Amino acid sequence: MSAQKDRWVSSLVFLLFCASSIPRSGSVGLQQELSPQHYFSGLEAGKASLAFFTPSVSPGAQPFLEQIESSAEALQDYGISVVKVNCPREDVSRYCGKENALRKAFLFRGNRLIREFPTDALFDVNSIVANVLFALLFNEVKYVETLADLENAENVLKGKSNMVFAYVPATGTAEHRAVMEAAFVYGTIHQFVLTTEAALLKATSHDDPDVSSAWLLFCHCQWATDPAQPCRRTALGQPLTLLNIHRHLKLMGAPLVTEVAEDPEKVSTVHLQLGLPLVFILSQKETYEADRRTAEFVAWQLLGKAGVALLSRDLVDLNVLHRSNIALKTPDEGMPVQYLVLEDTDEVITLVEDKNKAKQIQEDEEEEEDEDEKENNNQDIQDDQVVEAVSRDKKRELPLEQVLVLTEKNFQSSLSEAARTVVLFYASWEAVSLAVLRSYSEVATQLKGTPGVLLSQVNCWDWPGLCSQENVTQFPTIKIYKEGQRSVTYNGMWGTEELSSFILLSRVSCPLTLTTMDEAEGYLRGEFPSELSTHHHTSFLGVFSTATSEARAAFEEAGNILSGYVRMGMYFEDDALALSRKYSVSPPALLLARSGGRSVEGIALSKHSLQDMVQMIRYELLDIFPEITVPNLPQYLQLRKPFLILFSADGISQMESKEMLKVAKGRAQQAFVACWLNLKKTPVGHGILRKYFSTTPSLPVLLWVNLHAGGQVFKFPPEQSITEMNILSWLEKLQAGLEIPSSTLSEEDWKPPLPAYDFLQMMEPSVPELSPRSGDTSVPHPPKSPGGDTATEEEPSRESTAEEVGFPGRDLRGTASRLAVRDKQGKRHSEL
Amino acid sequence: LGLALYAGATFLYHDYCIIGAGPAGLQAAYFLQQAGRDYVVFERSHAPGSFFALYPRHRKLISINKQYTGKSNSEFNLRHDWNSLLSHDRRLLFRHYSRDFFPSADTMVHYLEDFASLLKLQVQYNTAIIHVTLEKNEQAWNGHYFLLTDQDRKNYKCSSLLVAAGMWVPNVVNFPGSEYVEGYETVSINPEDFTGQTVLILGRGNSAFETAENILGVTNFIHMVSRSRVRLSWATHYVGDLRAINNGLLDTYQLKSLDGLLEGDLEDLAIIKDKKGKLHITLRFYLENRNISAGIDSITLPQDELDNFATRAPYDRVIRCLGWKFDFSIYNRSLKMMPGKGNIKKYPQIKPSYESRGTRGLFILGTASHSVDFRKSAGGFIHGFRYTTRAVHRLLENRHHGVPWPSTVYPITQLTNSIIKRVNEASGLYQMFSVLADIILLRENATAFEYLEEYPIGVLAELEMQTGRKAHNGLFVIIMEYGRNFSGADKDVFYYNRAVGEAQHAWQSNFLHPVIYYYKHLPTERGMKLRPPDWPLPRPDAIHHIVEDFLTDWTAPNAHILPLRRFLENCLSTDLRNFFAESCFLFAFTHQKLPPFCQQGYLRMQGLVGSQELQQHAVQAGLLQDYTHTDFSGDRPPDSHDGSQEQLVTDHAIPVRPLQHLVNAKDE
Repeated sequence: MSAQKDRWVSSLVFLLFCASSIPRSGSVGLQQELSPQHYFSGLEAGKASLAFFTPSVSPGAQPFLEQIESSAEALQDYGISVVKVNCPREDVSRYCGKENALRKAFLFRGNRLIREFPTDALFDVNSIVANVLFALLFNEVKYVETLADLENAENVLKGKSNMVFAYVPATGTAEHRAVMEAAFVYGTIHQFVLTTEAALLKATSHDDPDVSSAWLLFCHCQWATDPAQPCRRTALGQPLTLLNIHRHLKLMGAPLVTEVAEDPEKVSTVHLQLGLPLVFILSQKETYEADRRTAEFVAWQLLGKAGVALLSRDLVDLNVLHRSNIALKTPDEGMPVQYLVLEDTDEVITLVEDKNKAKQIQEDEEEEEDEDEKENNNQDIQDDQVVEAVSRDKKRELPLEQVLVLTEKNFQSSLSEAARTVVLFYASWEAVSLAVLRSYSEVATQLKGTPGVLLSQVNCWDWPGLCSQENVTQFPTIKIYKEGQRSVTYNGMWGTEELSSFILLSRVSCPLTLTTMDEAEGYLRGEFPSELSTHHHTSFLGVFSTATSEARAAFEEAGNILSGYVRMGMYFEDDALALSRKYSVSPPALLLARSGGRSVEGIALSKHSLQDMVQMIRYELLDIFPEITVPNLPQYLQLRKPFLILFSADGISQMESKEMLKVAKGRAQQAFVACWLNLKKTPVGHGILRKYFSTTPSLPVLLWVNLHAGGQVFKFPPEQSITEMNILSWLEKLQAGLEIPSSTLSEEDWKPPLPAYDFLQMMEPSVPELSPRSGDTSVPHPPKSPGGDTATEEEPSRESTAEEVGFPGRDLRGTASRLAVRDKQGKRHSEL
Repeated sequence: LGLALYAGATFLYHDYCIIGAGPAGLQAAYFLQQAGRDYVVFERSHAPGSFFALYPRHRKLISINKQYTGKSNSEFNLRHDWNSLLSHDRRLLFRHYSRDFFPSADTMVHYLEDFASLLKLQVQYNTAIIHVTLEKNEQAWNGHYFLLTDQDRKNYKCSSLLVAAGMWVPNVVNFPGSEYVEGYETVSINPEDFTGQTVLILGRGNSAFETAENILGVTNFIHMVSRSRVRLSWATHYVGDLRAINNGLLDTYQLKSLDGLLEGDLEDLAIIKDKKGKLHITLRFYLENRNISAGIDSITLPQDELDNFATRAPYDRVIRCLGWKFDFSIYNRSLKMMPGKGNIKKYPQIKPSYESRGTRGLFILGTASHSVDFRKSAGGFIHGFRYTTRAVHRLLENRHHGVPWPSTVYPITQLTNSIIKRVNEASGLYQMFSVLADIILLRENATAFEYLEEYPIGVLAELEMQTGRKAHNGLFVIIMEYGRNFSGADKDVFYYNRAVGEAQHAWQSNFLHPVIYYYKHLPTERGMKLRPPDWPLPRPDAIHHIVEDFLTDWTAPNAHILPLRRFLENCLSTDLRNFFAESCFLFAFTHQKLPPFCQQGYLRMQGLVGSQELQQHAVQAGLLQDYTHTDFSGDRPPDSHDGSQEQLVTDHAIPVRPLQHLVNAKDE
């Protein structure tokens, strides 16, 4: 945006430059001091000058003189010189002699006096520039007082040229100046009409206008033919500044509808350059005339807000839906052209207006941010949610009574105390560690009194040797030591529930060897072993005959890997065959009892490699139509498939569930993950919907999210009911590319949120030898000064300034007062 | 151990020979032993640490032995333990040997004996190496073998020679009358021998002041002469300069003009003994072309012409305390063992890798290797060279045994943590500031990195060759530095505002603080040569200073860790923030790419769920959106800027909290 702004600022400056073609006197010594004779003899024909006469310094005129001086530069841009004429004491001519003439300024063109200004009309730079230009542009800017005057002016122009009508609450204001400056540039192209009459404002604007703010209309009189009708008008929707007026006039000057015959991605018009969107009406030969009328209609509606182009699809090969009739190109670089199917012209207008509104808000924010940036840049404000949350929580004492603190001295001995010792290795300065420590303390409270489990912690900041001895290189790490022997490293979610589930499951060996048929049956029912009977979890029972030792070995090894995450049992007694037959498989086989006590499935084990085994068990743990939650999403993401996800307010109806399950189990099962999300349980889902639709749509809403390829989000038509048939036919249309995505996931990289302190740049002035040598060529070093360094000479001054400010080095006295003046005294070593 | 026959002589062969069983020799032996290498240490005395058996004469070591630091971190505690050698054995910490802050040299001898025997180091005592020469051999590691001969004409042959012989040859100045001068090596340490005497001491180092300190109370007065001004170690930040524990004479000089310091070139001096045995100072200039034997009366004394000449009073004794130099005499010329130039001429010339400039495969360890960081860092002292010795061992392991420099690979999310951990506890970086550096080698796409500890930055350009690690994707160099222009004999180190408190002015920090250099490419040899004067490294692509800290505790989340994270993020062009699982969940559904923390944590099912309290804090901080109270009645206006989650994603302004400032200023 700012780049665009720059572009048209510079073009305006260029225009002004051309306009002020009158050559300037050598130096820009803006205000010359001359004697009256000199002044009048030096006046050039056609050149304007503003003169004021002064005998000696009269105190009353002093503020006026200051304003005149500061406006000299602005007037110079318009070829008007500002001259101070010194009246000799004895001079009694027209300008010098009279006392009241000395309180006035005189505007000359050549040697002709155009206007004399009382000093109270020239109260500041704006009023000086506005009034002087107003006087000079007498012909270009018409002043009107009544509606009749305005209509007359309009009628004269009809069919010839356009009119710019401005209302300013008073002359001499900043808005008045802006209008006059614009008139200086555009006065020869458009007729400018100015008024200060509030009645005229009321007559020309629709609703109740605010008479205290200025108002500018562009009246399209050039194309107006009907003498009875007023010219079409386009109001400037922004405050009256020179830039805004310039921008408005440029837009008004652009063709109403541009006809294009190339790829919209390559098209650029004045609208895009000025930061406005461009709407393409996609046309075809057959409908060209109608489309042209539509385009013109839309263009009038959007005048000043967006450009309109007519694109003939017959001439350009567009790779978009055939149904698309509108394309929207935004000025933001890198944003692709959006193709849309819209029903009527109102939709086009709403679309553009919404875009502009959003953009306006964004810009406002950016501006605010820019301001902040100048002051502080926010670099020193914590933007890491974990670090900030932990430091806000640091005063709370954690309930860690249940957690044994281990040290280098008691580590080995403590491990042998309990059957299972859980050790959290953490660093007391590290935020993620401390966040996990909080969950860990909750686990400890939950598991209080659980036999055979000891929870403990090691602070690696205190005991780095112990941590590296235990192979802990990252914080935090949780390990479970089994009777001080082998340890298992936890690599699940750092949440209370997940952790305590892991610890509880780890109490039982994995896989658990079952020795009787009863145990095996009890295991599948979730009743055996008793430690886990309260724990609902999918159980895997490996059934092996003695001959299938290879599969058994792999299963045991898989058990080691999945220990703590999965319930695994193993049965290889003589009647293993009988057990597996019950579930119509033969050993080696896997019996799977899902949590929730549904029937037991039997799966024949054909692959015996460890990797396949682990993979298969992990896969079997996934549900067919799961409820997606924060903890379980990663498991489904790993499938790297698109998601068909139903967002519901709270639970889903039997009907939806049934239909979705049918879809999930159907032939397309392999192609996507069918799931649902409970917004009550997973409120962050609101955030997702808001990102997709900016408003929360009516629920439930079924979405297709291409998470891994392209990132398009499609919304199931809300008017259709969620049935298997409807879904499948919608999916077919999706595949065929007949649907338009509602949203696309951002493709942005995760860049640094804020810049760092550029110490290299800060050091350069004080360490000149640091300056980069171009191309690393061999520039000899500047020789060291023979005296060594100059710091000693500086010391006295350093000391004295320090004392004045009252900063006591590393002294604690006055810390509070220092904190108070910190902001002002940011750079303390500035003299270095 | 092998036998080799060469020109009729029998050679005992070892891969590594170490000369000297002092601290450096034993330290090198320890690392070689741990690595299972074939080595031997030759020691001329019957026990280790023979230098310490004699020196310092007054037996008080000036290396501190801190018993308590309030911390149990063993690595950190080594920062304030200047006497221990590195080993895995906890018993071999010096604080178990002495409770004195400045322990006795006898304790050091005892400690070194224990170190050699407890660790069963291969030391051959009573073996003085009197000659070292080379034997060309293309098969040898370095193109030659080292041939060593001891006092009994026994010969030894080694592939690599580690010289840890220390600096034990006293510096002597020759001038007319220098025969009246007593040496520090032999001067009496009994103060009673100096009762009522007037003493002149030549030299201005710690040994000179230690000698003065001992007799200060019983002498008439003491004068000290040397070429250069006194350098106080707390002003120069160099442990080899005059330590505060020895500087009692400065008190009496400055308060009462009793004792005094003089500057002058010792070479210009002359000493004349009068009939009463008193020693008079005169100038060599007066003695030229004169017959000294004519007696003192014929010699002009300076006070004859300048009757207020400073050292006109006669002295009873003159003591020389001028330090020591390296014994160059035993090396054959083919080894090209050359003294350094200028103020490092007492040391042999070596490269920043501690390898001799003249002979490949010959490394100088310990005190004699101090030319690398003379008057800068601690490489000439036990607490420094125990780390440079380890560095040399790692170089040798890579060069001769194909064992690359030890390193750990971490995911990029651990980048900030790994730096913070090291700068807070590492002792090698702290003692050998601006000499040893931790190196972070980035892996492709900056998703992971490799961490190398305590590499000598003088040979940074040779990193790939010296370590066997690859540096194709950019690197960070972590060192500790004092502020530029802060240290110096004539500097006021107590001036107001000497300490910087704000992270944004960290580059002006004066006290020892961590500095991180970022290079997109490994600096070249040429780049190293062209580095700015007084810079340890060439101009980096970016640099970061962690602001100095009064407690040397660089773990403050906002003042230390946050600016470091921003620096690293901007070097790598990525977002290194931590996120709760819920944020990652949202990103997974709304972004095609995830920040590294979510990628390497949440997506691998290791999301940070976070307790209720933490989530609430994050919501209050405006860094997490609470959706539980969201009404979803339907059409809401587009909320392009009301969600604070949005802020997190697009990095808009976060409200300033007034407390922020207090957090930052904790170091003051």
